[in-house]
Amino acid sequence: MTGITFKEKSTGIVFSNRARINFIATLLLILIAVVAIAMTRGAYNVPVTAVCDVILDNLNLADQSNCLYDTIVWNIRVPRILLAIAVGIALGTSGAVYQGTFRNPLVEPFILGVSAGAAFGAALSIVYPQYLFSVQISACIFGMVAVFGAYSLARVRGETPLVTLILAGVILGSIFMSGVSILKYISADTQLREIVFWMMGGFYYADWDIVWKVVPAIVICSIILCMLGWKLNVLSMGEEEAKTLGINTEKLKIGLITLATFITAISVSAVGIIAWVGLMTPHAARLIIGPDHRFLIPSAAIMGAIFLVICDTLARTLTTAEIPVGIITSLLGAPYLIYLLRTKKNIFFG
Amino acid sequence: MLKVENLHFEYSGFTVLEDISFEVEKGQLCALFGPNGTGKTTLLKCIARLLNYGKGRVLVENENINKIKPEEIAKLVAYVPQEHKPPFPYLVKEVVLMGRTPHMRGVFGPSESDTRAAVEAIEMIGIADIAERPYTALSGGQRQLVLLARAMAQETKLLLLDEPTSNLDFQNQIKIWRIVKELTKKGVTALTCTHDPNHVMWFCDKAIVLGSSGIVANGNPAMALTKTTLNEIYGDVCDVKIFGDTRMIVPAEMEIKKI
Repeated sequence: MTGITFKEKSTGIVFSNRARINFIATLLLILIAVVAIAMTRGAYNVPVTAVCDVILDNLNLADQSNCLYDTIVWNIRVPRILLAIAVGIALGTSGAVYQGTFRNPLVEPFILGVSAGAAFGAALSIVYPQYLFSVQISACIFGMVAVFGAYSLARVRGETPLVTLILAGVILGSIFMSGVSILKYISADTQLREIVFWMMGGFYYADWDIVWKVVPAIVICSIILCMLGWKLNVLSMGEEEAKTLGINTEKLKIGLITLATFITAISVSAVGIIAWVGLMTPHAARLIIGPDHRFLIPSAAIMGAIFLVICDTLARTLTTAEIPVGIITSLLGAPYLIYLLRTKKNIFFG
Repeated sequence: MLKVENLHFEYSGFTVLEDISFEVEKGQLCALFGPNGTGKTTLLKCIARLLNYGKGRVLVENENINKIKPEEIAKLVAYVPQEHKPPFPYLVKEVVLMGRTPHMRGVFGPSESDTRAAVEAIEMIGIADIAERPYTALSGGQRQLVLLARAMAQETKLLLLDEPTSNLDFQNQIKIWRIVKELTKKGVTALTCTHDPNHVMWFCDKAIVLGSSGIVANGNPAMALTKTTLNEIYGDVCDVKIFGDTRMIVPAEMEIKKI
């Protein structure tokens, strides 16, 4: 070397993922504990041992369960909790993916208009059931239409600047929302009630049928998104950066947005609009384990599942009637955003 | 090694580059020199295939950049951008490790050999002391060092640097030039945008001078950066003086303070 001396010799830089893997394992244990509690709580409390019996029985591993417990646990609570876990995973995963892809910790699928689009789709099929397939499919399709509409509206000369993107989401959201208002206006009373109830979001319709429709798709898409974690890291540095590091950014972006929007839209179609989860959980996870998406996505997903199981358990136990879970997540989520806004202004304005 | 042939580039109907042709030999440290707005960055981005050029060809090691996949380009060409700031607080070591992306095969990201290459790059640039800090919390100059380390970890044959010293103090400027010089001795080829004519004189093997109408001069720095050329592109503000054995570019009609 031409007379350059490096003062900093190897100070033992290590790339270790152990702490982050331990964190994810801890989250999984918490999820199991929360699920165990959620199984026993409800209008009719069931002891933990009975829950175990019922589950073992239904998995054909034992046969000694009580018929009443069997109905409550296996036909009502298990599907409901599985659905809450799946939707939590979907919202947490898609929130993390959206924030990374659009390089902004404020983005989530709902801000880009999935909710408005899906609400419009649902309302349309509630008011005109004869023309459209089902509420779920219609909500799913219009949710995807809204996001890709916002994305293509915001795309200028091969770039999608953030401000434009969020504004496009707001514009499309307001168009779809006025569509919903029109539908509410012309709908009959029972339909109006159904639209309003659907938009508040909740797990009351959960049964094994919905679980089989929703859970496998969400799990498969989430695993694929986790595997794209490293590429998403590079992409979140900026599109030009990612290109110089050999990533086909257009293909990757479209793939990420499609998968994330798809799992959000099927969640919305099954349980209605549940706000904030997709914004909060990736954010909280990032504060704890850092921005590496290989670990951030699973953490956000499991935190989303924990959060939704807790909220849903509260929703069905706080009062004698059921509270729509969307109300609870909003009540808990809004203060979190206020806290972020007041304490960490720099994450919004970079 | 690098061959640019009749390159044209238009940006919304406005011609930025017109008929640019030059060659850089393997192991050369070549400067891309010229006033603001003559398309130096655009040229680098065309070579790295970040921009799609209309006409012309770019060949790196006889491979036409337009005909190969992004990950193949990333194994041949590393591009060090002017400073930028990402929204997420990745650690410096993670940013450097990202340079290994084109070499990664598995689905879950970096392997043992990738982390080793990243650590080597960090030590080579001498940023081990900030390796555990968030990239977003660094100063502009430190970030440039990190991006250079990332390009190092990428292990490419051609290195494109867009004003690598623009945010650095004098010591770090010299350090960057020496590191790049050292790399070219090991067979890497470097093409560097810069605004300091003296840096070109001191460190570069070749200079390409870009004026508003294309390449004005091309060759050995001492031959390319003459008073005539400089005054043609900058409009009579330069003078070339000889101090000892080296030539220095100084402002015209400046009184040199004698010691």
